[in-house]
Amino acid sequence: MNRLRAITPVLLLLAGISCGPQQERVTVLKFWGFGNEGEMVQPLIREFERMHPDIRVEVQQIPWTAAHEKLLTAYAGGSTPDVCQLGNTWIPEFTVLNALEPLDRFAGASATLQLDDIFPGVLRTNIIDSALYGVPWYVDTRVVYYRKDILQQAGYEEFPATWSGVLKASEAIQRIAAAKKKVAYPFFLPTNEWVPAIALGMQSGGNFLKNSGANGNFSGPEFTRAFTLLSEFYAKRYSPSGMQLITNLYNSFSDGVIVMYITGPWNIGEFTRRIPPHQQKLWMTAPLPSMDSLTPGISLPLGTSLVMFRESRHKEAAWKLIEYLSSVETSVRFYGMTGNLPPRRSAWRDSALASNVYAAAFYRQLQRVDPLPQIPEWEQIVIRLQTYVEYVATGTLAVPEALRRFDGEVDVILEKRRWMVENAR
Amino acid sequence: MNAAPRAAAAWIFLSPALAVIGIFFVLPVLAAFALSFTDFDIYALGNWDYFRFVGFQNYVRIFETPLFWTALRNTFYFVLAGGPLSVAVSLGTALMLHSKLARFRTFYRTVFFLPVVSSLIAVAIIWRYLYHPAHGLLNYALSFAGIGPVDWLGDTAVAMPAIIVMAVWKNFGYNMLIFLAGLQNIPDDLYEAAHLDGASGWQQFRSITLPMLKPTTVFVVMITVIGYFQLFAEPYVMTQGGPLNSTTSIVYLMYEQGFRWWSMGFAAAIAFVLFAIILAFTLVQMLLQRSVKR
Repeated sequence: MNRLRAITPVLLLLAGISCGPQQERVTVLKFWGFGNEGEMVQPLIREFERMHPDIRVEVQQIPWTAAHEKLLTAYAGGSTPDVCQLGNTWIPEFTVLNALEPLDRFAGASATLQLDDIFPGVLRTNIIDSALYGVPWYVDTRVVYYRKDILQQAGYEEFPATWSGVLKASEAIQRIAAAKKKVAYPFFLPTNEWVPAIALGMQSGGNFLKNSGANGNFSGPEFTRAFTLLSEFYAKRYSPSGMQLITNLYNSFSDGVIVMYITGPWNIGEFTRRIPPHQQKLWMTAPLPSMDSLTPGISLPLGTSLVMFRESRHKEAAWKLIEYLSSVETSVRFYGMTGNLPPRRSAWRDSALASNVYAAAFYRQLQRVDPLPQIPEWEQIVIRLQTYVEYVATGTLAVPEALRRFDGEVDVILEKRRWMVENAR
Repeated sequence: MNAAPRAAAAWIFLSPALAVIGIFFVLPVLAAFALSFTDFDIYALGNWDYFRFVGFQNYVRIFETPLFWTALRNTFYFVLAGGPLSVAVSLGTALMLHSKLARFRTFYRTVFFLPVVSSLIAVAIIWRYLYHPAHGLLNYALSFAGIGPVDWLGDTAVAMPAIIVMAVWKNFGYNMLIFLAGLQNIPDDLYEAAHLDGASGWQQFRSITLPMLKPTTVFVVMITVIGYFQLFAEPYVMTQGGPLNSTTSIVYLMYEQGFRWWSMGFAAAIAFVLFAIILAFTLVQMLLQRSVKR
């Protein structure tokens, strides 16, 4: 005891010598992760810290429902993190705010990041006015999930490549179900989703906005064609026109009430878990059908990127974190942990992904994705679109009238933008 | 004592409270009112060159926004269905607790008041479990009556009623206490006299209890209506305004416009429109009450 007391000052001194200068060099990074990813990223972060003893990362988990507000208020209050995950549809908004650091100089000098290895359609969502603002972390697009056996009964060995083929298949499926006195909605297009409408719009030529994004162009010929096709599914009862009829997607799929459905990669895991084991061989994924038989049809370039905030005082360290999280090895591990699809094409050659039969459709689809309009108001616009999908599905409004009214609403949302375009600001 | 030093002393004592009210209430309200005549939004936040004074444009835009009318309809639905229901439940439980037959009064009073002091977020999460279409207790109970699973928070027709039931359950205890206090203030001899005259329980309730409770009822109704017009937390936690905007209230719309889309000027204008609606409603109630008095 006495001896210990005697050497204590010495120990303290030694500790001071060994830790003091090092502690000063430790950089603390703030990383914000949303929802499940904010939780799952933790082991990766710990490994990053082991690789870089001079960097410590504080992870803050934020629920998805609060993420957008939190980021905006953080920006307004000048307390943005160093690095953050950001849905790529949000990048235009934060670029307007001038909140994000352009990453071109980092990406250009990086030894591991190869931009041309990333699915080009998804990469483009990160580029605004030819500057790179985000590095894709994981990618997401929408494909068709379908019942192989029921399509086979209807005479389709392969999933139809065109929408007219899908309509014919739906008719055949409904006829077979009617003969058995069963209810069938061959193609489930939920009335509270904008994704199918926008995908069809992209396939018929896009042009959602006109006058440099200052006015809605949804009543233009392209989107009218898309919306008319969508409305056909409701008019012919190929899809239920309300949400009440399908209370559990997986049960309905397993009962054959729903045969085809457009959804995203997370449902690979859900379908594997929730469809009964004896039916596991009966479902499959396929890229979206197309309007013009160019297979596959265009889908949406969704996904989440890693961004660096302009206010960050540790940009070099922040870049190291982005580089590490977006590397091929990390994204393959992240896929194993979460099922989130890697953005680098070389990562798909990894055995876990290459052997996943359901992921193949996503790989093909990701080569055929086009960027959406890069304006901050886009999310607000598509959320309003859902209401008009419902109007048309229930027959409350005819397609031209619905789109005319929707354009009116879009023009109200875009009023500020119009003023900026007109005054060339 | 002179009037002047007395007034000065009063001002000194009042000044801390006035300062707090001025800084944290009057100033923000004035600032919000000014904001409602601007187009402060995401562009202005990024660059002050994009900030404009727009006069009454935000107010005009409110009435051109279809979602505002949906929100207004939903809010009136909530106030007109939930308000009377809430007052009736409060009065009913107060009467039961006041009854001479009631036992364990203190216990029940505490139990009925518990929801009021519980955190709304925790309560809403529990109710979300109760309302769960597949595993919820409510659907489980209904299944014995042969009633099929109801998607309480996912069906446009029942989502608002589900919110109303929860809100009434959460809030009735507060008004119940006020009613109880009102009931205890009614002199017993009135009932004794009525009893001697052979009045039935219902006649006593109609001719003594209700008239004597009138000031209490007016207060409760007014407070409830003002509170219910500001419906926000319940849909925010339970439904996020859905399904298909069937539970989007005016305050929820204001929150979405302000904090989700950052159209702060527009959101501020919505706040003042709601203020005008509540003010009008309260004035109408006061006028009605006065005309009944005469």
